[in-house]
Amino acid sequence: MLKIENLHVEVDGKEIIRGLDLEVPKGEVHAIMGPNGAGKSTLSYTLAGRDGYTVTDGKVTFRGRDLLDREPEERAADGLFLGFQYPVEIPGVATLTFLKTAVNAVRRQRGEAEYDAMQFMKLVRGKAKDLNISDEMLKRPVNVGFSGGEKKRNEILQMAVLDPAFCLLDETDSGLDIDALKVVADGVNALRGPERGMLIITHYQRLLDHIVPDRVHILAEGRIVESGDKDLALELEKKGYASFGTDRAA
Amino acid sequence: MAATAETIQQVKELGDRYKYGFSTDIESDMAPKGLSEDIVRFISAKKEEPEWLLEWRLKAYRHWLTMPEPEWAFVDFPQIDYQDAYYYAAPKTGDKPKSLDEVDPKLLETYAKLGIPLREQEVLAGVEGAPKVAVDAVFDSVSVGTTYKKQLEAKGIIFCAISEAIQTHPELVRKYLGSVVPAADNKHSCLNSAVFTDGSFVYIPKGVRCPMELSTYFRINQENTGQFERTLIIADEGSYVSYLEGCTAPMRDENQLHAAVVELIALDDAEIKYSTVQNWYPGDENGKGGIYNFVTKRGACRGRNSKISWTQVETGSSITWKYPSCILQGDNSVGEFYSVAITNNRQQADTGTKMIHIGKNTKSTIISKGISAGHANQTYRGLVRIQPGAEGARNYTQCDSLLIGDKCGAHTVPYIEAKNSSARVEHEATTSKISDEQLFYCRQRGLSDEEAVALIVNGFCREVMRELPMEFAVEATKLVGISLEGSVG
Repeated sequence: MLKIENLHVEVDGKEIIRGLDLEVPKGEVHAIMGPNGAGKSTLSYTLAGRDGYTVTDGKVTFRGRDLLDREPEERAADGLFLGFQYPVEIPGVATLTFLKTAVNAVRRQRGEAEYDAMQFMKLVRGKAKDLNISDEMLKRPVNVGFSGGEKKRNEILQMAVLDPAFCLLDETDSGLDIDALKVVADGVNALRGPERGMLIITHYQRLLDHIVPDRVHILAEGRIVESGDKDLALELEKKGYASFGTDRAA
Repeated sequence: MAATAETIQQVKELGDRYKYGFSTDIESDMAPKGLSEDIVRFISAKKEEPEWLLEWRLKAYRHWLTMPEPEWAFVDFPQIDYQDAYYYAAPKTGDKPKSLDEVDPKLLETYAKLGIPLREQEVLAGVEGAPKVAVDAVFDSVSVGTTYKKQLEAKGIIFCAISEAIQTHPELVRKYLGSVVPAADNKHSCLNSAVFTDGSFVYIPKGVRCPMELSTYFRINQENTGQFERTLIIADEGSYVSYLEGCTAPMRDENQLHAAVVELIALDDAEIKYSTVQNWYPGDENGKGGIYNFVTKRGACRGRNSKISWTQVETGSSITWKYPSCILQGDNSVGEFYSVAITNNRQQADTGTKMIHIGKNTKSTIISKGISAGHANQTYRGLVRIQPGAEGARNYTQCDSLLIGDKCGAHTVPYIEAKNSSARVEHEATTSKISDEQLFYCRQRGLSDEEAVALIVNGFCREVMRELPMEFAVEATKLVGISLEGSVG
């Protein structure tokens, strides 16, 4: 579903990703773990198409087509969703309005009929309930004054409503207490399915206790240095990043 | 809500850039070019006006000749050649139409293109629960069709062209015309007083709550025709009215001067809500063409517990010079000013309000949202004055500016004069930019650059937008997006 070959990415003239190879087939959940500065966020921003992340070499194929020549909104319409490490505040725009605008923008790009208010509310209500998101929270401006947990739950709500083919989660566990982590993990697990791929980027192993991955990759100095099954994460937790082909400690 | 849906559809169908750049081919009955006492007499004669009004006009004209151009605003434009414009143009319809059926179909077509067809009003009448809007359509200078008159008449409400009111209710016009904005107030209002051709007149009798929103759609149609509209709204004791003003103009190469005057009078316990969406041609990307919008709008809260509320969404005109103000004379009277001003490309706007507190316990609120993009320059200029007798007066002012790109400017010039120590005056101001993070976040969720900007800007303006009547808010929200097209990327 997502295939990355020999990817090189520069930010501000500095090479951050240095020949990264990775393939995530549909129906699988992969985790990328890595120390600070390994290029985790650079990878997620590059895949989502953010300005300032210059691909100097390599190729990324998503659902059989070249991903890198697509605009960010086209990638979203193709089914790529990025859960942000730091969700952005948009003052004055109700969360519900934002969600509806996003869903309909994606549907329009796909040539599907836009949802009317009734259809949309029906869609959101159920999913919001699962994530313990109140109507009051949906009326508040996007992420403004949200706690860390509320922001992350809001990301998962957007993901659930947009129903993407592929979920890319960038440090979704950061800033969450254990209860919030559980709610978020349940939300992610509910979206696991045979047609959907997921790439979970995280610094710590604890998220993977709740979202058990099919494969674990270790990212260091811009490359995948080791891949394995879920036990690799546990091994990493014990030994530290230093023992995996990098001299940079976590 | 057939009309709302229709309006949304029509706004959607509008093409790129400025959507209203077309003109209708209608014969005009024109006065010769230029301005003189003869032209003033010509206009007054055409309108079959009483002698006192002609004298009033002539006095204004003579005073106008002596007045210097106001130069304090932060706007820049070549000197206006007042002799190079027409001051009277009326569509030739012969006798006044008895109903919409008799109105030139081309006029109706023009409104249809604007997304606000007159006929929609009739359709609305048959829709249960639909909002009722009465339209006094001003096409160039003469009102050509007035709807809902009967329903309003039953309540004793007068809503008609001011030229008609001069004939039918001269005592009201004479009593209130120029009583809020004196002819000599400023150069532009003085010119308007001399040569105004038409506009709306509203009188709400004592204790009457106007059952529908009253609305006028202005449209400048004749080449080189200055528009000098005159609006007078009187809310008698204990009455309420909400008035909507929306404007668009066809695309022209030469600058067009628009100097309107709006006067509002609220007596004891009366309330007037005045909402404007202004979308006149702003000129092209290089600043060529576009409307000069030099408007004097002022409301007098004459009575106790009276209230006047201005809400404006200004997206058009190449130059905007406009300060809808409130004179809070009656004790406990309330003045409000909610404003969104958007300037893109080479547009310039110097806009704000004046709140003059005279009565005791008077209250005013100012919420101003300025958005600047491209090479545009925008200034908020506001005065809050607390007179010595205004015991317990309160004002709250919030001025927020949003910049898009790095070649535009936003300026805030608040004047505060408090002459009563019991007054409480608050002023808050912020300046911000749309961040790359916000844009990227929206685009990752599927929004295009332009949809993202429209969403973020509408969020920024929300406190003002929610003051607009529903059917207007939909249009205004779309306009925000349209007027900022091409501002990013």
